[in-house]
Amino acid sequence: MGVDEQFYREYILDHYKNPRNFGHIEHPTYTHEEDNPLCGDVVGIDLLVKDGVVDDIKFHGRGCAISQASASLLTERIKGMSLDEARTIGKEDVLSELGIDISPARIKCALLSLKVLKAGAWGLGEWPGEEEE
Amino acid sequence: MATFTSTSRQPFNAEHVRKDFPFFETGVAYLDSANTSQRPRHVLYAMDEYFEQFNSNVHRAAYHVSEVATERYEGTREAVRRFINAHSTKEVINTRGTTEGINLVAYSWGQKNIKAGDLIVLTILEHHSNIVPWQILAAKTGARLEWVDVDEKGELRLEQYHALLEQKPKLVTFSQISNAIGTINPAKQMVHDAKRAGATVLVDGAQGAPHQGVDVRDLGCDFYAFSGHKMLGPTGAGILWGKRELLEAMDPFMAGGDMIKAVRQEGTTYADLPLKFEAGTQAVAEVIGLGAAIEYLEGLGMENITRHEREITEYAMEALSELPGVRIFGPPVERRAGVVSFEVEGIHPHDLSTIVDRHGVALRAGHHCAMPLMIRLDVPATSRASFYVYTIKDDIDRLVEAVADAQRIFA
Ligand SMILES: Cc1ncc(COP(=O)(O)O)c(C=O)c1O
Repeated sequence: MGVDEQFYREYILDHYKNPRNFGHIEHPTYTHEEDNPLCGDVVGIDLLVKDGVVDDIKFHGRGCAISQASASLLTERIKGMSLDEARTIGKEDVLSELGIDISPARIKCALLSLKVLKAGAWGLGEWPGEEEE
Repeated sequence: MATFTSTSRQPFNAEHVRKDFPFFETGVAYLDSANTSQRPRHVLYAMDEYFEQFNSNVHRAAYHVSEVATERYEGTREAVRRFINAHSTKEVINTRGTTEGINLVAYSWGQKNIKAGDLIVLTILEHHSNIVPWQILAAKTGARLEWVDVDEKGELRLEQYHALLEQKPKLVTFSQISNAIGTINPAKQMVHDAKRAGATVLVDGAQGAPHQGVDVRDLGCDFYAFSGHKMLGPTGAGILWGKRELLEAMDPFMAGGDMIKAVRQEGTTYADLPLKFEAGTQAVAEVIGLGAAIEYLEGLGMENITRHEREITEYAMEALSELPGVRIFGPPVERRAGVVSFEVEGIHPHDLSTIVDRHGVALRAGHHCAMPLMIRLDVPATSRASFYVYTIKDDIDRLVEAVADAQRIFA
């Protein structure tokens, strides 16, 4: 039991149950949604960019705790960042922010929001093939 | 022949059966047998024996060990014939599994017999391997696909099926048992009605053969495909059974060595059945393993297996239903094979799998290769526990405890 609680750390469960920046932006600069057909996870992100800075960010979606908490954490991190800075965020950053051991089968859940962000904000080309992880 | 080491000739007892399976020394509560089963020593020994004592190719060489290998390889064909009560071993084709069997029919029978405007009837319960080949065939030929829907219990809407039969489909294809939610379809009646409507009928026996068994002549279908790895055999060996006249009239699926009678620059004559459909070097050890698996299953008795699974399924459905917020998909236990697909309120199936895994419980989460069904049930995925000859109540107790723990964590 101890192990499980460590795996699903309090703050992950908290972000899952009380997602931050959840919803939609009225007139977003970028909007993009992706799903992970393998598990049915869905994450969509709206971005409002002003003067090269992420003025507002909202996400919506449904799916497992890992995918939704990871999206919530990502929005918190990116809000207020310059777009240039946001662009440097990579897989490692997202995984280390989650702070748990993600099994290979779940890695797509954890990275779905980053994929959405990258695809939405600067075109799919930026996202390396998923199979190359 | 490997000696029959099973304790199973005594009255059926899953606790004893389990001792024949080295895997259980891991302590894992394995609840994913609809995906792939475990293998008893009897199967492992039969394969080892081939590797150690008569490893060689089949049908090709005149030396002794190859004769032994060929004899064992062909021995499986006879064991399969007996197991499914086929008329002749000529009708028993070795494949890699159900998927290959269905693709063989879609290609070799379908491309010759399906024309633009023809109707192919399948069901919403199907595994992707009994969907995608027909979609490809329909796209190539201009045929039309129609799907039989299910009711809220996950059972086929037979009145809709009958209405579709009135449109005189060329092909009807459905699974004997749904891998995703365990529905046992009224296969014999469905085949009978489809044949009366003039259709050619394929039955996907991937779950039926391991859990219910089959008598293909009694069932009355034209093709029957199944996989060895779901019935205690190794991966890489499966069977397509087909009626001889149909198989005779079909072109080969794959072409190459072994499937020929004579090859000349001007052209080739094909081997007779069944080798016409077995091009190239086959999975000899695996086919031998499948033969041993069938022997083992026959030793246990298919009625005993079905009865045991029903008992476990009933126990699991009751125990899971006692947990708050658990919803079980699919029909009542009388019309359900050893599969319990369920969801737990507030916990995504993947999170549930991850947590129960930490309790040593192997539980499948996902769409179970039945995405159209998941969409129909309006769920992104389900958790699925599935059982077999070696499943014991303790496995279920461990599952229920682990699910309860997940509920505490997510509370
Ligand atoms: C009903 C059904 N059909 C077809 C298949 C495909 O079998 P295989 O992957 O062994 O080819 C499966 C296996 O998951 C199944 O359960």
